[in-house]
Amino acid sequence: MPPNFDGIDRAAINGKLPRPERTVQVLIIGAGSAGTAAAIREAKLGAEVLLVDENPVSASLMGLDTPLYFGGRMTTAVQRQERMIEQIFASNPALEEALELGVDVALATYAWGAFVNGSGLAAMPQPVVGLANEERAWLVGFDKLILATGARDIPMAFPGWDQPGVMGAGGFAALVDRYNAFAGQRVVVLGSGELGLKTASLARAKGLEVVAIVEALPQAQAMVGSDLADIPLLTGQVIHSAQGGLNGVERISVGPVGGPITDLACDTVVISIGMAPAIELLNAAGGGLTLDSQRGGHVPILIGEGATTLPNVFVTGDCGGLGTAQDSQSYQMAWMRALLGIGDGQVIVCQCEEVTRSDLLGVQPPNYLQRPEKLAGRDVHTLLADGPINQDQIKRLTRACMGACQARRCREQVALTLACATQSAPIPLAGFRAPVRPLPLKVLADWDEAAAMTTGWDVWFGIPSQWVPYVDIGTEREAAQMVTFSEDPA
Amino acid sequence: MTGKGASVVIVGGGVTGLSSAWWLARAGCDVLVLDKGIVGWEASGRNGGGASHYHSPLYAEEQRLWPLMDDLLGYPTEYRRERVIVAMSPAQLASYHKMAANFNALGYAADHIDSRQALELAPLVSPQNLGGIHVKFGGHANPQRTVQAYAWAIQDLGGKIIQNCAVTGFQTQGGKVVSVDTAQGTFGCDAVVVAAGPQSAMLLEKLGISLPLAAARAEMIVTEPAPLMAIGGVDGNGLYGRQTLRGNLAYGGGPHEWLEVSATGPAARPTTPLMRNLAKRVAELLPSAAHLRVIRSWAGIVENTPDGRPVIERFTSPSNLTAATMSGVGFGLSPASGHAIADLVLQGQCSFTDLTKLGLARFADLPSDWREQRGWVAISPKGS
Repeated sequence: MPPNFDGIDRAAINGKLPRPERTVQVLIIGAGSAGTAAAIREAKLGAEVLLVDENPVSASLMGLDTPLYFGGRMTTAVQRQERMIEQIFASNPALEEALELGVDVALATYAWGAFVNGSGLAAMPQPVVGLANEERAWLVGFDKLILATGARDIPMAFPGWDQPGVMGAGGFAALVDRYNAFAGQRVVVLGSGELGLKTASLARAKGLEVVAIVEALPQAQAMVGSDLADIPLLTGQVIHSAQGGLNGVERISVGPVGGPITDLACDTVVISIGMAPAIELLNAAGGGLTLDSQRGGHVPILIGEGATTLPNVFVTGDCGGLGTAQDSQSYQMAWMRALLGIGDGQVIVCQCEEVTRSDLLGVQPPNYLQRPEKLAGRDVHTLLADGPINQDQIKRLTRACMGACQARRCREQVALTLACATQSAPIPLAGFRAPVRPLPLKVLADWDEAAAMTTGWDVWFGIPSQWVPYVDIGTEREAAQMVTFSEDPA
Repeated sequence: MTGKGASVVIVGGGVTGLSSAWWLARAGCDVLVLDKGIVGWEASGRNGGGASHYHSPLYAEEQRLWPLMDDLLGYPTEYRRERVIVAMSPAQLASYHKMAANFNALGYAADHIDSRQALELAPLVSPQNLGGIHVKFGGHANPQRTVQAYAWAIQDLGGKIIQNCAVTGFQTQGGKVVSVDTAQGTFGCDAVVVAAGPQSAMLLEKLGISLPLAAARAEMIVTEPAPLMAIGGVDGNGLYGRQTLRGNLAYGGGPHEWLEVSATGPAARPTTPLMRNLAKRVAELLPSAAHLRVIRSWAGIVENTPDGRPVIERFTSPSNLTAATMSGVGFGLSPASGHAIADLVLQGQCSFTDLTKLGLARFADLPSDWREQRGWVAISPKGS
């Protein structure tokens, strides 16, 4: 063996990733009803349980519609964390029981990644979840992980949707029900399925005015209860636009796709057409997913009671699949088809990156780049001729879904728009990658980096012969040019 | 050429194969690119976008071509000239100065800068920086936009690209490859280029050629947009990367994980808590941006030869075969590597530089345990 090879690659990851600062028997992500019930169940079996929930999330993340589509309709109450925590306990009494059983409850704690060895990864010393608060990030190991992350909103674009007052059913329920921090009064609900009617009932129960329920399909999609019987149910109609001022929505126009339109005074539009199981952590960790329209879209593959394809990783509650009688994908497609009949190509689809419908379907680059003549000959159809539509590829070209909200506002609707335009449903899932919550560099950073990481760090592969100038190869100058760019030149 | 196929079939729609096909198409050649997935989907679209590689014999051609690429391709690559490389430790400063010496030796200006000059050139940089170098050429481009630009430019010239079409083997006759086998049928060819990244080794094996390669995963992170710096190509502190024209900070660096890759390519490209160490270094280098949120991470699978240098070779048997691996440094050099490969296919030799030291012959005496010698082996899975 040549003297410079000793069987060890000092720049490789082996032994460099740290162990978690703590390992618990059962780690549960999400302290909603399903997660709390799981915590109580596990604690009663005698397990050491850490129950983590990101709520109350910071007001700034709520402004970024994370984790739910709050649409800027929060009161200033969301800036007072103590009050928000009280609200969480008040709205979920089972949390007290969990605490009494010895469950360690960590609120205002983000779960931003889950890392387990598997396909393409063997360097993890043990399975971990990445957690963070507003100050720092850390890793927690687990013997058993239960994901109870609930469901996410599915926004849909229409002219004027990018202003305060347009929000999702999940964000609405959280503000109204859990936090008592909803800033609106007069609500229009889009969607008449179970979700839409539940939203309308909740609004009513909280003393809000429900101006109308709008349904793109010719009839209501669920049984309208007697509590909602006097609310105008506008079937075969869609929202044509939302108009407003500094404080967002003030009125909207509704009507059949071809018109005529009617104006409705309201301050809030709650998009209640569908929700998506919150599978970010599982997807980023490499867990198997399947598209199941009856379970709400992309959902975990289950190989046993709540068991995912990852060892010791389980799901419970809505993130494992939504129990809906509806064909969720067909219903969402029907709404998207109707909405695509409203407004022009200038409707913004991706708010963060300001991508319009026509630029999305034209696979055009962002405005800060020139658009040479040849680009006019390219669009989603020419890409389709190359092979099945891939949302991640279109994301690279158009920047739709590339923004700071991590595509919470546009992931599903971009997929639906592409599917409608190319008649090639369903579009494969655009993958989630950690951090699945947007975390500041200084928070995510490992400021207590292990010595092995520091000394072994190289900007690239740490192969000394790689950077020898070509002219020097095979000359007496070669030895002196054998360099690495590591911290530890020795 | 017989049946369906093309004069030249290029196996691998990464940046090297695409550039080769584009140069061949520009020369009037009938080309067909076959890829197991989507063009530029692997490491070609998952890298730092750097374009300043003094070590390569393709360097001068790389520098000549990048400023022309948007016009030549007809689609935007987001190429931007210049680079500022900033040190946060004395060891880094020494290595960056060494880099500058190599640039200057080739006649390309790379100035030493002090701490204050670094701040002026790159306002997000830490006031505690130790200075570094200002590379007045080179630069960076958007890998994802560039790979698609190559692909579209090939199609504009009449070339064909078939995606989701993995090559399974070759038919040879009279010392030449006469066709390429795929699940979608056999494609006839007069010449073939293999530029399939980590899979090149397995493909060439079928032709009796042993190309020693090992593959590993490398990771990057990206933040939400920061105010635009005049020079986006700012890195250092053990990182490679760039500020995109949108303002996002995209950086990589640090340890890699060696992997076994199958003939069908990587099944997954996971990222790890290494993103925390990347975040630390970006926050140290650019503290004025430390409050910016990290919004994504990604990983790419990169192949290396035993000495980390490319193999670019026109073979004698089969005599119409050209193969290339850029050994982990392929994106920035792609305008030039494609030109060189097209030359090899059409003329048997490169018209603009010497490539003889990049031949496969240098590995003739390589021991079979070369990966073990270097520690370039996959971590054995354990039931943790």
